[in-house]
Formats: sequence, C-alpha cells, structure tokens
Amino acid sequence: MITLENVSKSYGKQLVLAPTSLQFERGKVCALIGPSGCGKSTLLRLMLGLIEPDTGRVIFGGEPLTADNVQHVRHSIGYVIQDGGLFPHLTARENVVLLARFLKRNPSWIEQRVNDLSELVRLPRNALSHYPGELSGGQRQRIGLMRALMLDPQVLLLDEPLGALDPIVRGELQRELKGIFTHLGKTVILVTHDMNEAAYLALDIVLLREGRVVQRGTLNDLLHHPAEPYVTQFIQSQRPMTAELL
Amino acid sequence: MKVRALCFFLLLVAPGAFAQATLNVGSKRFTESYILGEILAQTASRAEEAKVIHKQGLGNTGILFAALQSGSIDIYPEYSGTIWFELLKKNAAGDLAALNHELAPLGLAAGVPLGFNNTYALAMRDARAALLGISGIGDMAYQPGLRLGLSQEFLNRKDGWPLLKSAYSLPFEPLGLDHGLAYEALAEGKIDVMDIYSTDAKIAKYRLRVLNDNQHVFPSYDALLLYRGDLPRRFPKSWMALEKLQGRISARQMAQMNAEAELEGRTFSAIAADFLASGTGPKPDGSASKNLLQRIFAVDFWRLTAEHLLLVFVSLGAAMVLGIPLGVCAAHVPAVRQPILSVVGVIQTLPSLALLAFLISMLGTIGVIPALIALFLYALLPIVRNTHVGIADIQPSLSEAAQSLGLPFFARLRLIEMPLASRAILGGIKTSAVINVGTATIAAFVGAGGYGERIVQGLALNDTATMLAGAIPAAALALLLQGGFELLDCWLIPGGLRAATSA
Repeated sequence: MITLENVSKSYGKQLVLAPTSLQFERGKVCALIGPSGCGKSTLLRLMLGLIEPDTGRVIFGGEPLTADNVQHVRHSIGYVIQDGGLFPHLTARENVVLLARFLKRNPSWIEQRVNDLSELVRLPRNALSHYPGELSGGQRQRIGLMRALMLDPQVLLLDEPLGALDPIVRGELQRELKGIFTHLGKTVILVTHDMNEAAYLALDIVLLREGRVVQRGTLNDLLHHPAEPYVTQFIQSQRPMTAELL
Repeated sequence: MKVRALCFFLLLVAPGAFAQATLNVGSKRFTESYILGEILAQTASRAEEAKVIHKQGLGNTGILFAALQSGSIDIYPEYSGTIWFELLKKNAAGDLAALNHELAPLGLAAGVPLGFNNTYALAMRDARAALLGISGIGDMAYQPGLRLGLSQEFLNRKDGWPLLKSAYSLPFEPLGLDHGLAYEALAEGKIDVMDIYSTDAKIAKYRLRVLNDNQHVFPSYDALLLYRGDLPRRFPKSWMALEKLQGRISARQMAQMNAEAELEGRTFSAIAADFLASGTGPKPDGSASKNLLQRIFAVDFWRLTAEHLLLVFVSLGAAMVLGIPLGVCAAHVPAVRQPILSVVGVIQTLPSLALLAFLISMLGTIGVIPALIALFLYALLPIVRNTHVGIADIQPSLSEAAQSLGLPFFARLRLIEMPLASRAILGGIKTSAVINVGTATIAAFVGAGGYGERIVQGLALNDTATMLAGAIPAAALALLLQGGFELLDCWLIPGGLRAATSA
C-alpha cells in the first residue's frame, strides 16, 4: 500500500532519518515505536507529503508521491494526531464534515456517514454540537478519529493518538481502537512510544532509534530474537515499575 | 470587495471631472482670510453663474499658492507684499502693473485692491510701552531685556523678522509662538512684544500700542485678489461682481469684522452676508453667544459628520483590501516578511502634516484625495501586523492538521486560518479605525473637511469652544466605533474561539 524507498531527512546538520526503506501491506496494522526523536513522526509526515525527503521517494498505491497528486493522496489517508488536532473555531460536527463539505459530497450521505461513525467510535450524539474546547480529551480523540475516517480512506495514520489521555480513558480507547481496526480492515500505521500499546494493537512492530530502523518483527521476534542489545534494553525499560515493587 | 472599494474611489474622484462648472475660492488659516474668502464666495455665488465652493482655511501661504497653481482653487484673498516677497521671492515691491507682469508667466493675475492695507506691525501692552518709553520699533534696541514672541510665519518670511532685525539692528532672539496664544502670553506679561496685523481685532481689547515703523521697513500689504489668469474669461459674470468689491473695505471695517468673528463668535458667513447686504456696519445677531451643545450641533454638524465618516471608512476599507493580503503574504512568504513589515512600519512614523504636504506636492491637488491616501497609509500598519501575527501564531499542529486533510492553500486560508486569526485581524481593524478618527481631524488642514474644520477654525480664532465643538464629536465618534467593533467581534469571531478564551 505504502512503500518508502531509501528516504532520508535532515534539518541542517541534524539527521532525523537515515536512508530507510519500508513497506506497509494493505489491510495490516503496523506500529512504529521508539524513544522521542527517533524519527517515527517524521516517517508519517513524509508519507503525507507534509515534508519532502532529501533522498528517495514515497510510493502510495503504486504511484510516486508528487506535488501534483499530494492532495488526492491526502484524501485517501486519515490522519489522527495527539489530542485530535481539532479546529477550535468549528463544532465537533463541523470538524468532522469539513473536508466532505469542501469536496461537495451529498449532504444526506454526509449525514448518514456522521451517524455511522459516531456509533463506531461510541460518541454521545449531543457531543457533536459542542466546540472542541467544551469536550473531554477522550471525546476530542474520538472526534479526531471520526474526522480521519469521514471519507472512508484506505489508510489510517495515527501519531501518538492516545498520548494526551489519562490511563483509564487510554485503556478504554485502546480496546476500542483494536475493535475498529479489526472491523474496518484498513491499512493502519500507528506511532507510539509505548511497547504495550504497540504490541496490543499491532502484530507488526518497527523499532526505531536515532533515525534508523533497529528491528522489524512481531513482539515475539523482538523479545526472543533481538537484532541488537538495544531492543532488549528498550523493552525492559518499559516494564511497569509496579512489577518490580511487587 | 475590491470592486466595491473601486466604486468608492470613483465616487470620490468623479466630482473632479466636472470642475469646470465650479468656482473654487480658497482662504488661509486666519480669521481675516476666512471672512474675505466668504465675502468672495458669496459675491461670486450671487452672480448665479457657477457653483461656488469656499475651501476654508486650507493652510498657509505656500499651500494656497500651490493650490492656485494646480487649479484646486481659482481665487483667494492675498496681500500685495506677500506676493512680492514670499511668493515671487523679490527683494522690493512694485505697483500692481509690475506685479501682474511678474505673475503672467505663472498663469496667474492679481487685482481688485479691496481698500485696506493689512501690514505687519509689532505691538506691546500700552502700559508697559509707556513705562519703558517705547513708541517706535527703533526704541526697542535700547531695551535688550525685552522678550519677543513672534509667529513662526513672521519669524521665517523674508519680509518679516529678518528684514526688521537688520534694518533696526535689533539684538533679540525671539520665541516662536502661535499667533492665537501670543495675546494671552502678552496679557499675562510672559512676553513683551508680539507681531500683529494692522487690522487686528484685539488691538482695542488688549489695549495694545502699535509701534511706529519709522523706517518704513514693512512694505504695504494691500488686500487684493490673487486668481488664475483664466478666471475672468471662464466666469465673466462672477468676475464682474467680484470687481465691484474694489475699495469697498476699509481697515476699520476689516478690524471690526475680525472682532465680530474673534470676540463675538459670529460665523464667517453671517459676517460676510451682513457686509454684502449693507456695506456698512454689521448687525449683531443671536449667533454671538451659543453654548457648547449648540455649537456642536450647529447646522454644519451632519455635513462634517458625513465628511469625517467618509474619510475614516473609505481609507479603512482600502487599507483592509490591501492590508489583509499583505499580512497573509508576510505570514506565508518568509522572503517578503521583513520588507512588508518594515515599509508599513516606517510609514507610520511619518508626521501627518509632512506626509500631507508631500502628497499635495506629488499629486498636485488638495482636499479629500491626499487626505484619504494619508489615512489609508496610516491604517495599514495595525491591519498588516495583526493579520501577520494572527496567522503566524496559529498552533503548528493545527496548520498541519489542515494541510494533512488535503485542503488546497486558499481553502485552508478561508476555512481555517482566517477564522482562527479573526480576533487579531479585527483588533487591527479596530485600532486603525479609532486612530483614523483622530488623524482625520488633520485632514481639515488641507481642505478635506470633517470635524477637523472646527478645530482648525478654533485655532485660527483662538476660540476654545469652537475647537471643542470639533474635538468632542471626534472623540465621541472614536468611542462609538470602538463600541461598534466590540459588537462586531461577538458576531464575527467564531463561537468556539470565544468559548475557548472564556473557559
């Protein structure tokens, strides 16, 4: 579905992504994981054409990403960021339907789609008429997900979607996301720094460090066949403190 | 939006296209010139040949002369000495025939001496002059402790202080003082000597002694008409009427009319009308002692309000049409950010009178157009800067969210960036509007009308009440606009943004 061919990116002398090649299969969920600054968010931005690679190219559905097709490609991708990235001047509903309205989709189709999606993400109906500032973090995230899914995109990119939530809401949304991923069968690329979340939501895990891929595989591969000592180190550092206290 | 602004401008420019049917009378910014201008305008208009407009109190001699040469005005009352020394820059005066010989190449002519000589003079309080034994200008040289307060115009013109100083070998360093204020300063003993005109309204009131000019340094300043050479041909009937004013006004009559305006508070038009009706002594009327409220809501109130609003809103509209796109460019194109912000910033630092003077000489016209351009330029900075800041301050994550949705540039601008920046942009427009209400009062100095007309008149008459009658409505209008914009804020700023800040 999405292929990265030898893409790299630096800002001045600061290398954020060494030449990297990755393929993401249609219908699979993949988690990009690593400490902050490892280049995982940069990968998502490159796929959306928000930044241009210094070398290499991004191929979406067989077509190289160019300035001409970037808007069209973006319409085929749903993008969710931390805290939803909702526009504060628009109500939740206006946020969700913004792009569909701009693209002049049929109003009754839009209406139907909003109903379906709010059921899918279990959003209370009355929340739709509120402004983002009036809603809880979990509700904002659900609305961000609705906005991303509005045009039924082939691909869903999520950048630390649950990063701003408290643990209880976070666990609840993790379960719901898993259900939605399974139900929709979309190509999903999820960025997180939490190994538990990555392993819970995705079979396919890519561990990054300082702008390069350390290892790609299942949790089992990473646990039992680490490519480098760092893989084990990273996984151990994420063990809950409570385990040691008990 | 742009089309509407263009229509506004056409509406403003259009009257200029019919200028041939209009006879424009000018006057300088002091009482006597206002009255004489009004007498000329009423005389010409009684000939019922042309639409006569009196552009009152346009400015000093230089501005009037420039306006006459450019055709913005056709005629104004002037003094023979001023033409010789100040306008033609000659060292000696001649007779009227010689004067016209000099003026002809400029396409101008002078004529119709009105009958009085308003020369410069120096004056002291009578009691103080008697104490010091001063009766003539020459006597001043023996009293080096005298303090002189002279008007800037008198200090700087060739036939004024420089000539006097060398002729009488005077040792003084005079203080530059507004003419209207000098009387008070003299009465309170803060200065000893001031310059006056020989038809001055206040000679009697302040018990002044006019010092003799034994050496005849001050040349004669016969009041006469300075006009465009083609005026008699273009408006023959009006001209015939104007010619009949020759020799009609004596120095005593002029001083009396000046006193009626300055001391009794009568309107220029009423004084002129009385003079033309009788040709003899004027009849006082009830207009003399109006209270402030009556002065504010005098007959010209709505005209001045309309003129003021026109100045403020047309310039503001134009500044929005240019300023908002400039602010968007500054926010989105890093290469032009500094140039744009620097240029509009520098414009803001130009003194308004200097900018107006520059625009007048560049455009060759006075009145509404240079005033609108100056106000437009002053209104740019707050709008450009606030638009830039409003857009540049949008959270990067929101800009990225808008981009990642696949919205093209102009859709992002319209749907996301402008609404998010709306509070800042409206704030800039509000600032510009309120500043413009104040700055627009300056426009009266170049004949663009508005509340400033009263302030200018009040300055010329040294009449605080008239000044207040202009300043109070301007201040009220500024407050009103401020309030209006607050309401507009509620209506235009998206609900989510207001909720976010109040939460």
